[in-house]
Amino acid sequence: MDFLDRFSIPPHDDPMLYASIVAIGLVSIAIVFGVTYFKKWGYLWNNWLTTVDHKRIGIMYIISALLMLFRGGADAVMMRLQTAVPDNSFLDAQHYNEVFTTHGVVMIFFMAMAFIIGMMNFVVPLQIGARDVAFPRLNALSFWLYFAGAMLFNVSFVVGGSPDAGWTNYYPLAGTEFSEHVGVNYYNWALQISGIGTLMTGINFIATIMKMRAPGMKLMKMPMFTWSALITNLIIVFAFPVLTIALLMGTLDRQFFTNFFTTGDGGMDMMWANLFWVWGHPEVYILVLPAFGIYSQIIATFSQRNLYGYKSMVASMVIISLLSFMVWVHHFFTMGQGAVANSIFSITTMAIAVPTGIKIFNWLLTMWRGKIRFTTPMMYSVAFIPLFTIGGVTGVMLAMASADYQYHNTMFLVAHFHNVIIPGVVFAMIAGLIYYWPKMFGFMLNERIGKWAFWNIVIGFCLSFFPMYITGLNGQARRMYTYSEASGFGPLSMVSFFGALLLAVGFVIIVYNVYYSFRYAPRNVGDDPWNARSLEWATHNPVPEYNFAITPNVDSEEAFWDYKKNGHDLFKGEIKDIHMPNNSGWSIILAGFFFVFGFFFVFHVWVGVIIAFLGIIGCLIYRSFEKDDGHHIHKEEIEETENKFGGAK
Amino acid sequence: MKLKWTYLALLTGIAAFLAGCEPLLVLDPKGPQADTTATVIWISIFTMSFIVIVVLVMLAVILFKYRASKQDPDYEPPHIEGNKYVEGIIVAVPILIVAFLSVVSTISTHQVESPPEGYAEDEPLVIYASSSNWKWHFSYPEQDIETVNYVFIPTNQNVEFRLYSHGTISSFWIPQLAGQKYAMADMTNYLNVVADEPGEYMGRNSNFNGEGFAENEFAVTAMPPSEFDSWVEDIHNTADPLTEEEFEELLEPGHLGQMTFTGTHQEFKPAPEGENSPHNHGPSDSDEDGGHHHH
Repeated sequence: MDFLDRFSIPPHDDPMLYASIVAIGLVSIAIVFGVTYFKKWGYLWNNWLTTVDHKRIGIMYIISALLMLFRGGADAVMMRLQTAVPDNSFLDAQHYNEVFTTHGVVMIFFMAMAFIIGMMNFVVPLQIGARDVAFPRLNALSFWLYFAGAMLFNVSFVVGGSPDAGWTNYYPLAGTEFSEHVGVNYYNWALQISGIGTLMTGINFIATIMKMRAPGMKLMKMPMFTWSALITNLIIVFAFPVLTIALLMGTLDRQFFTNFFTTGDGGMDMMWANLFWVWGHPEVYILVLPAFGIYSQIIATFSQRNLYGYKSMVASMVIISLLSFMVWVHHFFTMGQGAVANSIFSITTMAIAVPTGIKIFNWLLTMWRGKIRFTTPMMYSVAFIPLFTIGGVTGVMLAMASADYQYHNTMFLVAHFHNVIIPGVVFAMIAGLIYYWPKMFGFMLNERIGKWAFWNIVIGFCLSFFPMYITGLNGQARRMYTYSEASGFGPLSMVSFFGALLLAVGFVIIVYNVYYSFRYAPRNVGDDPWNARSLEWATHNPVPEYNFAITPNVDSEEAFWDYKKNGHDLFKGEIKDIHMPNNSGWSIILAGFFFVFGFFFVFHVWVGVIIAFLGIIGCLIYRSFEKDDGHHIHKEEIEETENKFGGAK
Repeated sequence: MKLKWTYLALLTGIAAFLAGCEPLLVLDPKGPQADTTATVIWISIFTMSFIVIVVLVMLAVILFKYRASKQDPDYEPPHIEGNKYVEGIIVAVPILIVAFLSVVSTISTHQVESPPEGYAEDEPLVIYASSSNWKWHFSYPEQDIETVNYVFIPTNQNVEFRLYSHGTISSFWIPQLAGQKYAMADMTNYLNVVADEPGEYMGRNSNFNGEGFAENEFAVTAMPPSEFDSWVEDIHNTADPLTEEEFEELLEPGHLGQMTFTGTHQEFKPAPEGENSPHNHGPSDSDEDGGHHHH
């Protein structure tokens, strides 16, 4: 192959593709020009790109997640459009394969993961009364590595071609034997780089939650979201190294001629599937446990009651985290491991329904004898309960190995996992975002517009995915770019497409709501606009840089409620100087080198790889000798800030 | 709110429309294996509906009864820690349900992994079904014939499909006759299939394997044994023999129509089982029927 040829987009000449390349180029130029014109480079660099503040990093994660939601969402609408009618030719097979591959990768790795980690970043230190995470600089590096990975993955769209072997990337299809172009190299390196960031997040948050809780906050007095974050990060630390190694083996196969997963020379394709799901199933709980945590906060707040069964909530999460590592085989019951192995994994899988059921009933019992206010976050939580139950019970259906031989690889499966991920994770993240919006920005999102978005999203979701249960049982395999009219999948697929449009409209309304509320929403919402209960609401909106002027004293999982209603003395002592970490450009520069490293590695450009590698090593050496003692925010400054908010807390 | 009711009406309409449709393939079994899976699916649907209904009713009642707009503005909800009896019930009932389904799952999984009841003693008809991008090759070693993209089977006889792939992982699936199983390059899988009724059934690869995946289907025809035998005889009278050279050409990526040959490719390119398994590391762990080797 000619040197430059490999950077071109294989193998289809699609005018739509070129149009989107031009659009991406124009938007990028417009952004650069806009920032320059408004002289915002300094602001951007000093306040965001070099920040180590967990709140700002959290917000950057969430903004990135939303961008990725729109990228993955556009993919989704294209898929639904292509399959809306039989024998459609809007996308050809190769293009469709790339679209569903990037849809899956973007939504799981770059949307959902970023959203939950962003939410943990913003909320966890506030909920435990800390000033930041344990390792703020490492935290910034985590974000920028994630961002580098996400950008690298998106570059594949315009340079070299997107991966096309599905987000599960099964070998040998993903190997060079069957996927010659560089798409899967992008998959390997983008996920590798952002995965390193995720692993660092895991370590960082375990250290933060174990070591930095406010005085009096014993483990069993942590708010439920913090509990979910702790368990999630433990799963991350155990699960992600498996993905790291699997991706490395894939890279060695594709770029260094090894034979781990190839068809010949002793390679074993089944090993990839096993490694992928040994990571992949815990990943499901990495996504959904923080969502459970968010729902626990929201349902308690808007039922005006304490969370029912706190201890069983914690216990069920611990059990789920253990079981999550014992069920991976259910992703390929049909691989031929026989009835005994399948029966065992069938039972372990169904066992997860028990702790999950406990949580559902505890949420119901939290609302019982409460005083339920139907705010937008609460409406998402209320919709979550029945929809997630349906997703959960279809999961139990899939867990029955014999029946799974009929569901596997069909639209029934697609319906099921969207049915748990969308109401489970996406609804939670939207609800959490609306709930914590005033904490982030000091104003609230409009409730009326928010409810319009809610109805579109909920109904759009049902219309999109419920029909797939039926077409799946009617023999529709997933990932088919088209089907014949005789198959009879047409009408229901059209319903699905209509649902996808409603979902898209819902998300656009959310964006409009941000714009509308930014312009028109009142700014004096106070510090407790929702009448909330846990510690994060005991500081101001928006939260000052140092979080709490005085480190709070905690005596229960609802410290703020106790303070409001039971006269608990939350802030003992007086304002002192606060020691804070310094901003640093090191993280973004190091991640930049990782991006360059990954990009050149994808294309086997070894000179570039070596230069970027030296850059990475240089950054690490620099950091080893760097002296950075942080800085102090002085007492007078803090008092001034607190007075602006109407008195110290 | 008006919009909401329109949507709900639409949903109800769709449900009604579906109820009038032909039976869904998976729930319209034509053989004992698919019959077992369909029964399991119905059992799980009914059991799970019970749970969904309980949750829905509880949710509806609670939302209706405890909504703020209905309550005294001074009402302060109580602090309730939890109750060991209530929590006992919400643990015990799901455990009972899961235990019941575990029994169903284990029994039925063993059933569909073995020859169907009443066929265990008979000698099965062996057909090798191997996939290549994006075709299915069917070798009948006893009949000494080979077909591409279609397969004829006698009714009321256990057919043992031996599944493997010449490349990517695919999944062999005839929804109305049996659940699917993977066909892979380095291991042979076994699938027992019996058709009760003569007829034409849709078969396909359900596991994504690249550009030609959507069209990666095959036709299954079940017929009385006598017709099957005369079909085999016809082929021996009319079809050309399959040569190694020609078979290599067939393996090239692409789509082919239906083809018929005498002889099978097993003679020069055997399935990865027994001593031909790539993961067979010596005589100590090879065994006669393959597929049970250890690493």
